[in-house]
Amino acid sequence: MSYNYSMNHMLTLLQSVTPVPRDIPLALPLPEWLLVVLLVVSFLAHIIFVNLMLGGSLLTLWAQVKGLKNKEYDTLAYEIAKTITVNKSLAVVLGVAPLLSINVLYTVYFYSANALTGLMWIAIVPLVTAAFLLTYLHKYTWHKLEDNKGLHISILALAVLIFLFIPLIFLTNINLMLFPEKWGTIKGFMSALALPNVFPRYLHFLCASLAITGLFLFWYLGRNRYAFETHFKSITRYDIRKQLYSLALGVSVFQFVLGPLVLITLPAKGVQWNLIIVILCGATAALPAMYWMWKGITGKPEEIGMNFGKVIMAMTLTVLLMASGRHVYRSNALAPHKKLMAEKTKAFERLSAEARAHPAPDESTTAQASGTPAAPGAAVFQANCASCHKKEGRLVGPPVTEMVSIYQGNLPGLKKWIRQPGKKREGYPQMPGFPQLSEQELTILTDYILSVK
Amino acid sequence: MDFPMFHLDWLNDRFLIAMIAIVHVFINHGLAVGFIPYITWLEQKGVKMAGASNITDPEWDHLVYRKMKVAFIITTTIGAMTGVGIWFSAGLISPSSIGSLIRVFYFAWFVEWLTFVTEVVLIMIYFLTWKQSNQSLKAKIRHIRFGWFLSVFSWITMCIIVSILGFMMDPGNWNTDHSLISGFTNPIYLPQLFFRTPTAMVLGGVFGMLLTTIFTDRHSAWRNTVLKYGARWVLCWAPVSLVAAVIYYKAMPAAMRENMSTAVGTMEFAQYYDLLRYIIPGAVSLVVMLGIWTLFRPRSVRMWMVLVPCVAAFGFLGIFERVREFIRKPYVIGGYMYSNLLREEDYPLFKRDGLLKYATYATASKVTPENKLSTGRDVFMLSCSRCHTTNGINSIVYVFERLYGIGKPLDENSMAAYIPNMHNGRTYMPPFPGNNEELGALVAYIKHLQQTGEPLEGAQSAGITVNPGNSTEQIADSVQSK
Repeated sequence: MSYNYSMNHMLTLLQSVTPVPRDIPLALPLPEWLLVVLLVVSFLAHIIFVNLMLGGSLLTLWAQVKGLKNKEYDTLAYEIAKTITVNKSLAVVLGVAPLLSINVLYTVYFYSANALTGLMWIAIVPLVTAAFLLTYLHKYTWHKLEDNKGLHISILALAVLIFLFIPLIFLTNINLMLFPEKWGTIKGFMSALALPNVFPRYLHFLCASLAITGLFLFWYLGRNRYAFETHFKSITRYDIRKQLYSLALGVSVFQFVLGPLVLITLPAKGVQWNLIIVILCGATAALPAMYWMWKGITGKPEEIGMNFGKVIMAMTLTVLLMASGRHVYRSNALAPHKKLMAEKTKAFERLSAEARAHPAPDESTTAQASGTPAAPGAAVFQANCASCHKKEGRLVGPPVTEMVSIYQGNLPGLKKWIRQPGKKREGYPQMPGFPQLSEQELTILTDYILSVK
Repeated sequence: MDFPMFHLDWLNDRFLIAMIAIVHVFINHGLAVGFIPYITWLEQKGVKMAGASNITDPEWDHLVYRKMKVAFIITTTIGAMTGVGIWFSAGLISPSSIGSLIRVFYFAWFVEWLTFVTEVVLIMIYFLTWKQSNQSLKAKIRHIRFGWFLSVFSWITMCIIVSILGFMMDPGNWNTDHSLISGFTNPIYLPQLFFRTPTAMVLGGVFGMLLTTIFTDRHSAWRNTVLKYGARWVLCWAPVSLVAAVIYYKAMPAAMRENMSTAVGTMEFAQYYDLLRYIIPGAVSLVVMLGIWTLFRPRSVRMWMVLVPCVAAFGFLGIFERVREFIRKPYVIGGYMYSNLLREEDYPLFKRDGLLKYATYATASKVTPENKLSTGRDVFMLSCSRCHTTNGINSIVYVFERLYGIGKPLDENSMAAYIPNMHNGRTYMPPFPGNNEELGALVAYIKHLQQTGEPLEGAQSAGITVNPGNSTEQIADSVQSK
């Protein structure tokens, strides 16, 4: 009892600052757990290619700048650049499934956050388009702009800047949707960006991008099928792979600083033991991967890739657990609000059904019930004509008295005009046709009009 | 009314969706569905013409490759992003309707997504392996087969999306049977698909011819041959497209077709409807003329001579999309949800208790003499702002001035008499949802707009005001007290 009271009390407090909208009153298309699995898995597939696109363009930029001194790195940049345009296409197309799933699972939260940051949210479309076009321009002008490296690198730098900015918009939205209690305080994108937790998560994401791209390129440039020696003369496959492993390892270590920071800055409402456990398991799974990378870097050159399969497996587990942790937090954080929303939706549906069953009497029809013989025609006139025509003087169209003077004795002519009016006269708007009126309605209407004196 | 209202007060909210969607349709039809089979066909011709000793004619092949490069770059950038942009813009402007549609069409859209992923993977394989495949005849033939696969997949993607579009145009089926099947079986489905297929082919062909004139100079070896193939392609599809356009027009449900003249005629683009009547035969005959001319006098074809029919053909598709969007009105989901995002079945409740009482975001839940302007603004935002602006495109002040005289002071009583009945005459308008007090507040606000030109900020800049009188308790209480 007292628990119930305090629960209610808490809910009331929550509401006093928090909007509680109604949900869309339609059933979910699939069981909720299945939608959640689809959301988490499809999101992972999407975000990995986003990581590769962002990390790839950052590394291309780095290699190309380094390539100004050492020509071999320019070649490396070109080789990495070729992967970006493929990865970016997959990133976009794989983004649609999680977008659909989050739309259906978190309809109200997601759309509300989108609307509150609306201009920046829709700016994603032109911004990403521009960044994509720039990456193509960069890739296809590599040889043409051979002697104009400054310009060529600037093209990529601009694309990288856009790529770096886009995740901030997404993170701001995904963060804002978790906190309906903050919605009332938000005035545009910048204020939503300033909510705690956006920047720590952003840095966490950037590091993940570099780690994943490091591992991807480690494999891509290390494949047997990849004819490394035909592209590069002085730097060896081992040099590059060692650098890439070091990058992946370095940022993974840094994640152990950023991770706790993200957790600390998370608003407390969704932090529960289930979250902590999932996150800790995820972090633990990364440890052996980091150990194997370390062994690879410090071991013999020919054995650098020995444990790569195990590294990928452990890291996959980490990523899966971290993505699940994300969902656990979202689910924890929104649970009370979702419950309120469901109650409100149910109550509204009940009220709406009741009002449908007992509609309020329509004023216009009751007025005419008290009637003269012309009442039925007057009702049709009231509903269809009275907004634009009155007995005398112009309202929108000409007065009824004028209709009488034109059509007296020409009932079919008047009917025809109402069904399909002819050309408008100077200074008047065109009258719309009323083909939806039945022959009977039309007859009583025209009788009524022509009876006006 | 349960979502913060994003609002573009000059551009008009619908315009944002329309702009993004039309660019996407142009690219999808003209540079994918209709273009890729055309390119694959030309690639195949190159192999056939090369004779036994060569795999393909290198110069011919390179020309076809360059055309494909243009389509590849555009489809994977602007094409892909406008596709996502339709989701983004619909979610901003029409959250209740797109949210409802996704609940029903999740599975359809998921399947469409799978074909879409396949399409993107195939287009990358097709384009990125083009040069490598020129090393052996076997690889080249496999490459061409990829091209045909890709053509089929783009077409299948279109088949699914047309089902969803067809569903929204078929009135009444939401309430009786809201499943995907009714999207495929409704009377508009096949005519629409039949229209889109040849029209896409015409667009692809004409766009291809345009690229030929850009990429070749008048003396280059293959120019005339490529142009003539393009001409044969469009001449083959253009008559089908014309017939299909007529069938599609006739298949539109009768009530909706009635709407077309008012719908198109009363927009600010005054000659829209006339344009429709001229542009259909006009665009098709331009394309046919270009085709015939090219067959007989290929040497004299200039870029501008292709550009004109190309623009006309895109306009032809564009105007059909515009009309298709409009004939949905007054609904956004036929028979279920009006274009103001309110459900038809909730109208009795709103009429009885007022709209504001149930609005999550509003400055007050009841109209009083003191708050008339701010509640009028709320009512406008909730029931008019999806289609009307205050002083921009299709502005509420302008539509009333057009009725009562441009520049004349608006009369609150006349507007209050007009609004409750407007849906009878203007059948594309949803009925006014609120009660009499809210009507009074709305007309007072409209008059205020005319006098002051005050702009209306959407939630994206002004934020939201949580309705002070709207809490779960109050609704629950009122249920219990009945």
